[in-house]
Amino acid sequence: MSYLEYNVKTIPAGPRKVLYLNWPLVLLLTAIACVGFLMLYSVAGGSFRPWVEPQAKRFAVGLAVMFIVAMVPIRIWRNLSALAYLVALVLLVWVEFFGIVGMGAQRWIDIGFMRLQPSELMKISLVMMLAAYYDWLDLSKTSRPLWVIVPVMLILLPVALVLKQPDLGTSILLLAGGGFVMFLAGVHWAYFAAVIAAGAGLVSAVLRSRGTDWQLLEDYQFRRIDTFLDPSSDPLGAGYHITQSKIALGSGGLTGRGFMQGTQSRLNFLPEKHTDFIFTTLAEEFGFFGGMSLLALYAAVIVFCIAAAMTNRDRFSQLLTLGVAGTFFLFFAVNMSMVMGLAPVVGVPLPLVSYGGSAMLVLLAAFGLVQSAHVHKPRS
Amino acid sequence: MKDTDDSARRIGRRALVLGGAQMAFAGLLAWQMRKMQIEEADKFRLLAEENRINLRLLPPARGLIFDRNGVPIAENDQNYRVVIVREDAGDVAAVLDRLRRIIPLSDEDIARTLAETQRRVRFVPVTVADRLSWEDLSRVAVNTPALPGVRVEVGLSRTYPLGSDFAHIVGYVGPVSDYDLSKLDDPDPLLQIPGFQIGKSGVEARMEDVLRGRAGTSQIEVNAAGRVMRELSRDEGVAGRNVQLTIDESLQNYVQARLAGESAATVVMDVETGDLKAIASAPTFDPNLFVRGISVADYRALTENKYRPLANKSVQGVYPPGSTFKMVTALAALEAGIVGPEDTFWCPGYLQTAGRRFHCWKRGGHGHMNMHDSLVQSCDVYYYEVAQRVGIDRISAMANKLGLGVRHDIPMSAVAEGLTPTLDWKQQRRGESWVIGDTINASIGQGFVLASPLQLAVMTARLAAGTDIAPRLVRAIDGVPQEVRRTGALDLDPANLRAIRRAMSAVSNSRRGTGYRSRIVDETMLMAGKSGTSQVRNITAAERARGVFRNEDLPWERRDHALFVSYAPADRPRFAVAVVVEHGGGGSAAAAPIARDVLLRVLNGDLPPLEAYPASQRENIEQQQRSLPLRQRAPGQTGSSRA
Repeated sequence: MSYLEYNVKTIPAGPRKVLYLNWPLVLLLTAIACVGFLMLYSVAGGSFRPWVEPQAKRFAVGLAVMFIVAMVPIRIWRNLSALAYLVALVLLVWVEFFGIVGMGAQRWIDIGFMRLQPSELMKISLVMMLAAYYDWLDLSKTSRPLWVIVPVMLILLPVALVLKQPDLGTSILLLAGGGFVMFLAGVHWAYFAAVIAAGAGLVSAVLRSRGTDWQLLEDYQFRRIDTFLDPSSDPLGAGYHITQSKIALGSGGLTGRGFMQGTQSRLNFLPEKHTDFIFTTLAEEFGFFGGMSLLALYAAVIVFCIAAAMTNRDRFSQLLTLGVAGTFFLFFAVNMSMVMGLAPVVGVPLPLVSYGGSAMLVLLAAFGLVQSAHVHKPRS
Repeated sequence: MKDTDDSARRIGRRALVLGGAQMAFAGLLAWQMRKMQIEEADKFRLLAEENRINLRLLPPARGLIFDRNGVPIAENDQNYRVVIVREDAGDVAAVLDRLRRIIPLSDEDIARTLAETQRRVRFVPVTVADRLSWEDLSRVAVNTPALPGVRVEVGLSRTYPLGSDFAHIVGYVGPVSDYDLSKLDDPDPLLQIPGFQIGKSGVEARMEDVLRGRAGTSQIEVNAAGRVMRELSRDEGVAGRNVQLTIDESLQNYVQARLAGESAATVVMDVETGDLKAIASAPTFDPNLFVRGISVADYRALTENKYRPLANKSVQGVYPPGSTFKMVTALAALEAGIVGPEDTFWCPGYLQTAGRRFHCWKRGGHGHMNMHDSLVQSCDVYYYEVAQRVGIDRISAMANKLGLGVRHDIPMSAVAEGLTPTLDWKQQRRGESWVIGDTINASIGQGFVLASPLQLAVMTARLAAGTDIAPRLVRAIDGVPQEVRRTGALDLDPANLRAIRRAMSAVSNSRRGTGYRSRIVDETMLMAGKSGTSQVRNITAAERARGVFRNEDLPWERRDHALFVSYAPADRPRFAVAVVVEHGGGGSAAAAPIARDVLLRVLNGDLPPLEAYPASQRENIEQQQRSLPLRQRAPGQTGSSRA
């Protein structure tokens, strides 16, 4: 039932592996990254500095990492899953004490050549860990309460640590990403129904905790919820981001204002225009067509991953591929909902487009795993 | 094998469910984008426009002011100022310290700049020093590399190259104050610009709407922090219109110089066009001081000067016209038909009426006086007698007809209305009934009667020309000549006017005339006039008994005002001149020589020729001419600030 049973001669080996890479997926990811370069060039006012150049370098490094990861047999990654998870967990605890405070949260570890966000690492490690768990677990035990509690703990532990940083966006991503994998592994519907019900209860509890001494969220998180519910309540304060973002997006119209003509983003009305809110620049300058094109690229990535997962022959590969796709989906879905005013501002970057090293590197490494699963599947 | 197939199928199913849900969510995002970008695009586009476009006002160049020959009186000079931008300077205090070593800066300047840079947004330039000299400017420019964030900006600032000569006519500009804003009902957004200069007095203030121009606008794109990104469109606005005055700059300079040392006023008016060719008030002040922001010491020196340099005595100051009013009384009587030109009255040196004794200036009396002799010798008793018969209301009506008691429409500050009293006026204003003594006092221009030098000039011009000529100060606006108001003949018997003019000519040209000493001997430029000496105190009976009359023995403030009104040439009048010397003593002694010099100057177009003066006075006149503090102006040289 594990990949070992399929250890037949038809698995590609040697340099030939390169031919079996999922090249359309590589092209899609590159296309998305290029959209990112274009937008970073625009928000910098028509300059490769300060964002396009480092971003392109990171993408190159990321692609290399992806290829290296893809060349390593998927079983090795499966065997490393638990270790990866542990390392990520230790790093999360580490940043709690020694992390560099940036943007109001303890998230980074300075490892010399770059700043590492362990929470980013955890996004992929968690998916690996859960996929390996279900690969190991006897299929019949999948829905048994005891064997459900284990993955739930595996998820909640890092979620709690990330929430403590505090980084609401990443903890939601971890929670939902873990949930995706559990759902895909075949855990019974009833558990999810129960969790959703409990979640609703929790939300109401969180909202009620406000102002009491057992307050469950930070004040700034409450304020973000407030502004999400009514951005106009504080148009120049906390609601500013959402209001300006919506103006930028809406003013783009059908065809946009033209490359480098987006007044909102070029004139600094937009906050974090090169990171979390970069989608608004795209939507402003290229309009509905531009936004749709990027959305289509993202959707295509998901579709290609699902298609690839369908042809994988072992559970680890399947769950890993779908888990990575799910996490990828969460990235852009949360980010785009956020900038469109459909979700509160939680600080989730637009995958491969937003400026930022850790997220891009981790995502490309994750797609390296997907490629590895794709390359190392038995072929007839 | 079966297990894994089973597993793969289950995962496949769930993958499809999850993938479907994800695609559905992507669809939701697409739908939301469609809603925002297509359905509500216009709304958001509008919001975006409001977000980024800022209107910035461009102050228009203020209109220039010229004299009648095109000599600039008020100009806009380039004003260099040093500004500092905190963002570029880094350590502002250190940069200011370095700046201080090359240009003079006070501790006050440094402290103010430091405070302002902290208060303002970091990229907004803050003025360190204003009105830099060329030397300082070049010193700053040369040292630019060592002065990060420091740069020189250029703006326009008002200067008055002729300095004090036009301080009272043209006035000066100054920054808009809160008081101005509260007083003016002016919606012009320009006034909101910090430091924007508006006219504060004189022509600058009265013709503000002509001179100011219309603000230009610059549509600029700003970012959320207010930093200017680029200019979208620019409307330069309309510069203020240039104003050309009727004043002759060199004549004005001569008159001011002639009045130097006195507290006096002189108005020169063209009797044909009404053009005011000079309006002098002495002492005067440098209007440039006010534009730059006058120091407390300078201001105190001006306000505490007993000669009141800030007062515009020619149009704002009112004085009892004294004997210069006698033409009014005489004309009123002639026109009313109450006396004929040859009717005489007996002057014993006083008139006893209503239980009081009204004295003539000549203690011994003039004897028999007809109208002509009474004007020439300025007999008072004749007018006491005539006025009692004519009545104050007819005298005042005549005064109004000749331009007294009327506010003349010229664009200067606080143009005085003067006062020509009537029976009703006293009842209404003072709650007292008019008594005959009031009429007697008014008949010789004392008592309630008040007139400004401008009004006296107008009166003289009307008498000389026989028309209802009105004064005019603005010759052209932006090169378009201002219409000379059409004049009509005064509604008076020409014979009576001729009689008055004959008498005025005799004042200067007959041996017995009060102005004979200050006559002009040049036959082509003979002058006509009337002296006046107006008391600023009551002479008590005791003083009169002691015979203390001599002005020289009195403190300056209590001496009589000296007046002289005149026109020339006597046979074909062209210019009227009114002179008031505050506390100058006798009109014929203190004011008449000034009137003569000014008339000669305006008729001659240059320094009066000595031949026009009586031979015995030429030596003194020559000396006086040589010591006149005239402004020496090389062609092209403008601006005392660059001296």
